[in-house]
Amino acid sequence: MLVTKTKRALTAAAGIAALFGATSAAAEYGLNLTTGVTPISREAYDLHMLILEVCIGIGVVVFGAMFISIIKHRKSRGVQPSQFHESTTVEILWTIIPFLILVGMAIPATKALVAMEDTSNADLSIKVTGYQWRWGYDYVDNGISFISSLATPKDQIYNKAKKDEHYLLEVDKPLVVPVNKKVRLLITANDVIHAWWVPALGMKKDAIPGYINEMWFKVEKAGTYRGQCAELCGKDHGFMPIVVVAKDEADYEKWVAEQKGEAKADEQAAQRTWSRDELMARGEKVYNSSCAACHQANGEGVPGAFPALKGGAVTTGPVAGHISLVLNGKPGTAMAAFANQLSDVELAAVVTYERNAWGNDTGDMVQPSDVKAAR
Amino acid sequence: MSTATTHDAHHEEHPSGLMRWVTTTNHKDIGTLYLLFSLLMFLVGGAMAMVIRAELFEPGLQFVEPQFFNSMTTMHALIMIFGAVMPAFVCLANWLIPMMIGAPDMALPRMNNWSFWILPFAFAILLSTLFMEGGAPAGGWTMYPPLVMQTGNAFPFLIFSVHLMGISSIMGAINVIVTIVNMRAPGMTMMKMPLFVWTWLITAYLLIATMPVLAGAVTMLLTDRFFDTSFFNAAGGGDPVMFQHIFWFFGHPEVYILILQAFGIVSQIIPTFARKPLFGYSSMVYATASIAFLSFIVWAHHMFTVGMPLTGELFFMYATMLIAVPTGVKVFNWVSTMWRGAMTFETPMLFAIGFVIMFTIGGFSGLMLAMAPVDFQYHDTYFVVAHFHYVLVTGAVFAIMGATYYWLPKWTGHMYNEKLGKLHFWLSTISVNVLFFPQHFLGLAGMPRRIPDYSVQFAGFNEISSIGGFAFGLTQLLFVYIVFKTIKGGEKATDQVWEGAHGLEWTLPSPPPYHSFSTAPEVK
Repeated sequence: MLVTKTKRALTAAAGIAALFGATSAAAEYGLNLTTGVTPISREAYDLHMLILEVCIGIGVVVFGAMFISIIKHRKSRGVQPSQFHESTTVEILWTIIPFLILVGMAIPATKALVAMEDTSNADLSIKVTGYQWRWGYDYVDNGISFISSLATPKDQIYNKAKKDEHYLLEVDKPLVVPVNKKVRLLITANDVIHAWWVPALGMKKDAIPGYINEMWFKVEKAGTYRGQCAELCGKDHGFMPIVVVAKDEADYEKWVAEQKGEAKADEQAAQRTWSRDELMARGEKVYNSSCAACHQANGEGVPGAFPALKGGAVTTGPVAGHISLVLNGKPGTAMAAFANQLSDVELAAVVTYERNAWGNDTGDMVQPSDVKAAR
Repeated sequence: MSTATTHDAHHEEHPSGLMRWVTTTNHKDIGTLYLLFSLLMFLVGGAMAMVIRAELFEPGLQFVEPQFFNSMTTMHALIMIFGAVMPAFVCLANWLIPMMIGAPDMALPRMNNWSFWILPFAFAILLSTLFMEGGAPAGGWTMYPPLVMQTGNAFPFLIFSVHLMGISSIMGAINVIVTIVNMRAPGMTMMKMPLFVWTWLITAYLLIATMPVLAGAVTMLLTDRFFDTSFFNAAGGGDPVMFQHIFWFFGHPEVYILILQAFGIVSQIIPTFARKPLFGYSSMVYATASIAFLSFIVWAHHMFTVGMPLTGELFFMYATMLIAVPTGVKVFNWVSTMWRGAMTFETPMLFAIGFVIMFTIGGFSGLMLAMAPVDFQYHDTYFVVAHFHYVLVTGAVFAIMGATYYWLPKWTGHMYNEKLGKLHFWLSTISVNVLFFPQHFLGLAGMPRRIPDYSVQFAGFNEISSIGGFAFGLTQLLFVYIVFKTIKGGEKATDQVWEGAHGLEWTLPSPPPYHSFSTAPEVK
């Protein structure tokens, strides 16, 4: 009897285990906070472990007493209930002891907090801007500026392709910082509130329109660190990752030089006149990364939420109105102002694309110089 | 002392059928209406949770689009907080407060009727937004601007329904205060009141103090959207962070509005089944009052990442940590009450013990979240989700279920099925821990909350959590079955019901007469 029971239980357990094994062979089971790679993240980790241990200690005592009581002081064992109650001494004790434990925890917490909030004497300042749903980075000291968006293809999100290792935590252009330098972030947002968070850097800060928040980190180990937006910011909140690449001094300098070269090339590109094919090709790219999330790749939008561009009043109406809407957005709606997110070339290309794709066929062509004039 | 009298039977005349329930001014009828309404909302909100857990079962988008997912999290929270937990406590207040203090009914019966009948309309309006152009609200139950401004046609309906819920709560609270202050039986001094009555009295003051603040905040949202004001619009000189301060000035006391009565319930149940008086009655009263006071000065711990000045962060960190002291006093009191008692473990006691253990786990994670420097890591992750579900599901909801099992025999005159009750407890306890405990790990590993899809490293624990979620959801159908079966019939309950039960409500017959105490009992 017992043997069959055990057997049956074992079979059931094996079945459950097989079920888990089959569906989550690749899954990891991370349990704890990361120690991270910055002085702040280590401090947060140590403090986390300290409180956790204190809580577990108190838990063992309190739950221990409770379980002893549950086992020993039950009516089925024939015990008579004691009637004791009210003891001022005990009450005072269990008010004061927890208070002292709290003071003991508040002291290291205060020290850590003071250190975390000290953003003075930074070696490098980077302005971070949250957009729906991408991050903009502006290196305050050397003029480098770019937008960083999700690089995971839609096919992976909709389970039509295999998910790669960094699914949803990969971007087209990561934030690059030097190691062992105090980097100060100046964080703001353009539309709604976002939050910038990379767990390995040990800090999270809200990006709020109209505010510039500060945080700092000093990465001690070269490498790639991943995080994501941590404040609900609308439809694609789960799809705006952050990737930080920390490079050695020399590599970092090399990267800065490359960026400056690219910026110069972009500037020249904005001066010249673009052909229709060039604009359409570039426009499709920009559209898919900046517009398709709402207006959809086929331009049909989402009825009731995001207007269709295919045969839309704006995309087939006057050119000036179209450019102005894309530049300035539409306040009170999810339509963002793209003036600071996209370059003249990109804006010209995307407006041209929207006016000629999906059978809109207005035949209009917008040049970078037109956008510049409209700014 | 039994007051089952026959001469005043004419008082029990009332319309029958549907009109009895529409026009009723009787505290028991209204209590029943609240109970059924909150049970319905619990199932509706629970169904939304099932959608959430189904989508999160695996990485990738399988069932719903991100916008609808956000609507589900938003609506789940609004419905569970305002539709399930708060009305459940009002149900208990209606049924129990008059019986516990020796009164015939609530002090303001017509207002009582009104405060209930607003609710079905408020939630009909809220639920109707699911079918509107632009979808249901999807900016989170916290309604932070500027995001909430992107809500479609649902926006004014959201605000209007929140206003209605607020009006209903305020009227309920006024009724509780007036009843407790004026209608206690002779000899029932304040410090002799059952703890459940005390915790409701304190909660009622919290409601009156904070619901108007929420009403003000959402009204400012409304004028920002439709009348060109700029309270929270940075481009117009307003301040989006100010909304968060106002919201959480309401929101944090609201958290205690959802838990203080649970403390009261557990303080009634444990002494009964330990057959021993509560260890420190007066310190329990003072601890409840201190928690209520502290709840007004800790709101910004929900906002450690908004960029407050260092001194602000320090103040809110210290004040928040201080809450652990009175909360600890409560937990120590419950444990000391059990100590050297003669315990039996009927379903209400099981839920009460489950409450003490799991609420304390939620309290521990709350203490961890109070530490600002680490909160920068925990904030807006699944660690927070795990924390507030431990205090709200295994805390508030478990206490409500325990209370239902404890007082249902008194209300209906029938014993529930003890075997099924215990089965319900054990299935719930196991599944709820499978559901929420792994979420601590997810949060610590870096998974933000309110996301419809996640990176593959979070797949394992999400799968486990979802399995626990489905099991917990199914188990609650058992609860519905037990409740309805007990209402319909069952073994006859005695007047005292439980061997160790003390208090005026147990002196009444089971089920009690339509008007609880027609003549006031004398309390010695």
